[in-house]
Amino acid sequence: MKMAVCIKRVADMETRFRIAADGRSVDQAGLKFDISDFDGYAVEVALQIKEKEGQGDITVLSLGPDIVQEQLRKALSMGADRAVQLKTDQVPFDGLLIARVLADALRDGGYDLILFGRMAIDSSNQTVGPMTAELLDLPCITAASGLDIANGRGTARRELEGAAELLEFPLPAVVTIDEGIARPRLPSLKGIMGAKKKPLEVKPVSLGEPHLTVKSMELPPERTGGRILGEGPAAVPELVRLLQTEAKVL
Amino acid sequence: MANTFAFAETRGGTLRKVALEAVTAARQIADATGGGEVHALLVGAPGVATQAERLGQYGADVVIVVENAALALYSPEVVAATAAERIRTGGYRAAVFSASAQGKDLAPRVAAKLGVSMAGDVTAFAVDGDSVVVKHPVNTGKVIATLALTGAPAVLTLRPGAVQAAEAARTPRVENAAPALDPAAARVVPKELITGNTAKLDLGEAPVIVSGGRGLRAPENFKLLEDLAAAFGNAAVGATRAVTDDGWRPHSDQIGQTGRLVSPDLYIACGISGAIQHLAGMRTSRTIVAVNKDREAPIFKLADYGIVGDVLEVLPALTEAVKRVKR
Repeated sequence: MKMAVCIKRVADMETRFRIAADGRSVDQAGLKFDISDFDGYAVEVALQIKEKEGQGDITVLSLGPDIVQEQLRKALSMGADRAVQLKTDQVPFDGLLIARVLADALRDGGYDLILFGRMAIDSSNQTVGPMTAELLDLPCITAASGLDIANGRGTARRELEGAAELLEFPLPAVVTIDEGIARPRLPSLKGIMGAKKKPLEVKPVSLGEPHLTVKSMELPPERTGGRILGEGPAAVPELVRLLQTEAKVL
Repeated sequence: MANTFAFAETRGGTLRKVALEAVTAARQIADATGGGEVHALLVGAPGVATQAERLGQYGADVVIVVENAALALYSPEVVAATAAERIRTGGYRAAVFSASAQGKDLAPRVAAKLGVSMAGDVTAFAVDGDSVVVKHPVNTGKVIATLALTGAPAVLTLRPGAVQAAEAARTPRVENAAPALDPAAARVVPKELITGNTAKLDLGEAPVIVSGGRGLRAPENFKLLEDLAAAFGNAAVGATRAVTDDGWRPHSDQIGQTGRLVSPDLYIACGISGAIQHLAGMRTSRTIVAVNKDREAPIFKLADYGIVGDVLEVLPALTEAVKRVKR
């Protein structure tokens, strides 16, 4: 089975972000970067399918400047076979532009399965996977929390609010991966050494005109909460009074 | 004066609360652009048309009803094709979907079919000339982006709870339509809707959420949260990632950046220290209460009201007090 996994380089979220001087982006200084969480699950899903079938070929793709090669190399060290950097100066916020470039890169690749994370943990748009599928006219499942591939068909589970659904689809297909499906493995030392010899192709691409643009970014207002009412069950009557009279939620 | 499109999400043939929020948001956009009409798309098995009246109550002027025996379950390709065709021919200024599991699946398909960009998970919006300006939390809610979406229609998904459904009663005109794609021709086929305890309020719909973390110390102590939720009568029980990872509660109950993003009127965090990933999922709640034995826990910085103490002692007292109020 020939598979592709589209991954994004994102900042580690366990940090206190600052807004950059331009007022429209996050200050990059001091940030650590990794493969976006859900994209890491998608890489793991591809590796497990390949292991289960005993054969297969996994291409990882990432759009952006040369620095994204770090994340492509990490995916190679996890076990992907080859990597493609779709080279641009920056990663746009408009998911449709990204989807168009990815669709062009994937269209003639002969992939049986194209995987994405369900969303990038930084921009949180959750649009690129299904948009790419539409542009390729491929069946698509979004936010799969379970996936079973056999005999050219797939069954996927999706988590809904307080429910879940099961869907069937034929290959080739696009599937975006939710968490809970697979914990990504850590690269082994052998994997890291081997990754250096695996092919990494750099393809310059040009992006279209964006129609979703960032006007500004700001930190959310600090809540002015922090009022401790008291200790233990003795504080409950005061809490109930405030919920009734001040917050008016009871 | 332009009309606005809203997708009316249903489950099991009944409107979801987010459908009314989408119609309310579409009404606001229509009113802000000169008072055009709101057209709501309602798709389902025969009988779903009975829901049209309720959409009118919340401001839909026209309800496009697509009834088909094969559409009892959400069929992504059929609904996307049907919505895209209607939006293409309708000349709408904007198309509003919910940022629910279904809406987040549907809207990008529709936008790509139409060849337009879209804004996802929007918490606020305003029409500003040729653009729709939206707020959208990024980086696990630690940064708020203000985005400009240009072009028409402006496709957006609205975070559940970002808009309060508001009545704007009218008697809608009902138009019957056929699906734009024969359900038998769809490649992706829905097989089953798995519902748990259907009496249980969903986290995205419940006005009150009581949520537990490791501070509850054992899975069986979640009974205390269920008792409190039952005392409220309109509450759902949530959990932290630590708790769902340990299998104390189902994965679907997880509130946090990688789980559910909720904005209830009242959020009661019990035995939750306030990890960043959890706060990202609930920080937009209207009122936050925290009960935790550690006075230095980060959750107290976010909470409007805090009680320092053992949740196992505080919860039964709170449940009794709520019962007395609700009696």
